[in-house]
Amino acid sequence: MTEMLQFFMSGITVGAIYALVALGFTIIYNSSGVVNFAQGEFVMLGGMTTSFLVHAGNPVPLSILAAIVITIIVGILLNKLAIEPAKGASVVSLIIITIGASIFLRGAAQIIFDKQIHRFDSFNGDIPINIAGATILPQSLWVLFGAASIFSGLYLFFNRTMMGKAVLATANNRMAAKLVGINTNWIMTFSFGLAAAIGATAGALVTPITLTSYDIGVMLALKGFAAAMLGGIGNPIGALVGGLLIGLIEASTAGYISSNYKDASSFIVILLVLFVRPQGLFGFKTVERV
Amino acid sequence: MKRALQFLSPILPAGLVVLAVIILIMPFFFPSGFYFRIGALIFINAFAVVGLVILIGYAGQISLGHAGFLGIGAYSVALAPVYIGLPPSLSLFFGAGLTGIIAWIIGRPILKLKGHYLAVATLGFGILVFLFLSNEDQITGGPDGITVAALGIKPALAAMGIKAKTSVIWYFFTGFILLIGAWTAINLRNSPTGRALRSLHDSEIAAKTIGVDVARYKLIAFTISAVYASIAGSMLALMNKFVTPDVAGFIYSIELITMTVLGGATSVLGGILGAAVLTILPQALTFFHDYEHLVLGLIMMLIMIFMRDGLLPSLMAQIRRKAK
Repeated sequence: MTEMLQFFMSGITVGAIYALVALGFTIIYNSSGVVNFAQGEFVMLGGMTTSFLVHAGNPVPLSILAAIVITIIVGILLNKLAIEPAKGASVVSLIIITIGASIFLRGAAQIIFDKQIHRFDSFNGDIPINIAGATILPQSLWVLFGAASIFSGLYLFFNRTMMGKAVLATANNRMAAKLVGINTNWIMTFSFGLAAAIGATAGALVTPITLTSYDIGVMLALKGFAAAMLGGIGNPIGALVGGLLIGLIEASTAGYISSNYKDASSFIVILLVLFVRPQGLFGFKTVERV
Repeated sequence: MKRALQFLSPILPAGLVVLAVIILIMPFFFPSGFYFRIGALIFINAFAVVGLVILIGYAGQISLGHAGFLGIGAYSVALAPVYIGLPPSLSLFFGAGLTGIIAWIIGRPILKLKGHYLAVATLGFGILVFLFLSNEDQITGGPDGITVAALGIKPALAAMGIKAKTSVIWYFFTGFILLIGAWTAINLRNSPTGRALRSLHDSEIAAKTIGVDVARYKLIAFTISAVYASIAGSMLALMNKFVTPDVAGFIYSIELITMTVLGGATSVLGGILGAAVLTILPQALTFFHDYEHLVLGLIMMLIMIFMRDGLLPSLMAQIRRKAK
């Protein structure tokens, strides 16, 4: 029982990060129809920039803020320089563009920063907190708190503000949104900035636990993409559930079976789920009009 | 003469003749033996890309895990001689058959998916193959890789009195196999199967309406392209006499897709051009050392933004415009 609780704790921490990456995928997909494989690089940029600024002697909150701002700029540039000019390209071309962007950002990080592994100190030390015999790091609580605030903040944003509703309208029907006077290009830029900010926050929160280096983005993007698809792409709730599920599956596979196969387990589950529900757990069946 | 050529063209397309001539002439410009190896690498990648042209360009499907099939082909020639006692040449066919069966079985449920769901399912399959190859180190040698027995062309040629360097032999051998693969794919394009595939590329529903068994033809395209990938993987392992799980890695899958789309996904020769460009590029970029990733990512983005139809179709359109 204690063992199970322990796996649950570690699973839910990693799962929260996957959920945030999946949320980034969802936001960009909804506003532009693009699956952004550079989402993992946003997480990397957030973590790397924060740890470099902290080691340069800046206070942690300021460093995180600066890292988020820098990553937002990168996200907006990505949209303006690579995605907007490619408007109307096929799905495969767009996938290659964002993968190209992720390789580019990785290459840039390896030059601007370095190829070493980095971290900075946890916000509240590293003394584990005991809960019913299982332990959890204070930083994990920060990760969970951060993910919960982002998800609930976005829920309010999408349901209570004009701007949020404009984003939802664009996701539902781009043409109709344009017709009622929504500037869909601006919505797209905003979405890239928002997804970048979420990624950078996730990176800054988790770096004290998982450490960071220039090449962590690939696996994060794959897991985040898988989580988004598991939930059903385009659905923020699906991203949350998909991310947490993948985190929990991985932690229990690592605990009960073998840590060698923790990455495999999540992909096996995704394949099985898609075979039964081709539209993901929370996705709707779309009907194609001819 | 012209008539004779026209008579031959359905059997021997002009593009294929050009390709054969290029393969034969290029060695005269090679400054060193190293270039034969690069040439063979291009032909092997191009062979896998020809399979992807059938899947992406003809049938309009996508696979982000095709390196998984290369991995199965590569490890077949590494392991079948040890565990089943097959000679390396036969284990290439064994790998191709095994890959065909696996692709046929997993293709059924996977190909029901569309768009990004298909992308994530194929991606998952590729990663599973990669993880199996790296984790089952008692069989596969793990991440460090495993040695592969030689194919034995060189001694066979030597017995016939032909002496040639290994790299030169592989250049012409892989070039020859590529020509066969490209010829098959080009002929497939205008066969009834090829037409059915292209019809479901344009509109699945329209294809279904005129009586094309959509699920079956998708599965055919997927299986054929998987077998192409497997043979490419086998050749790669046999040439290097060594193989690591990276042959099945996600990055390699993406490189293959990029080669396919870069050259122009609907054209077999375009795909081969794409393979040539992306195989030579990293070799050329080694001069840039640390900037390699930066430049590679930049080139991928630029070509996809500015030459959307791919290199070959864009270039052909340019030439045609100039000619007018």
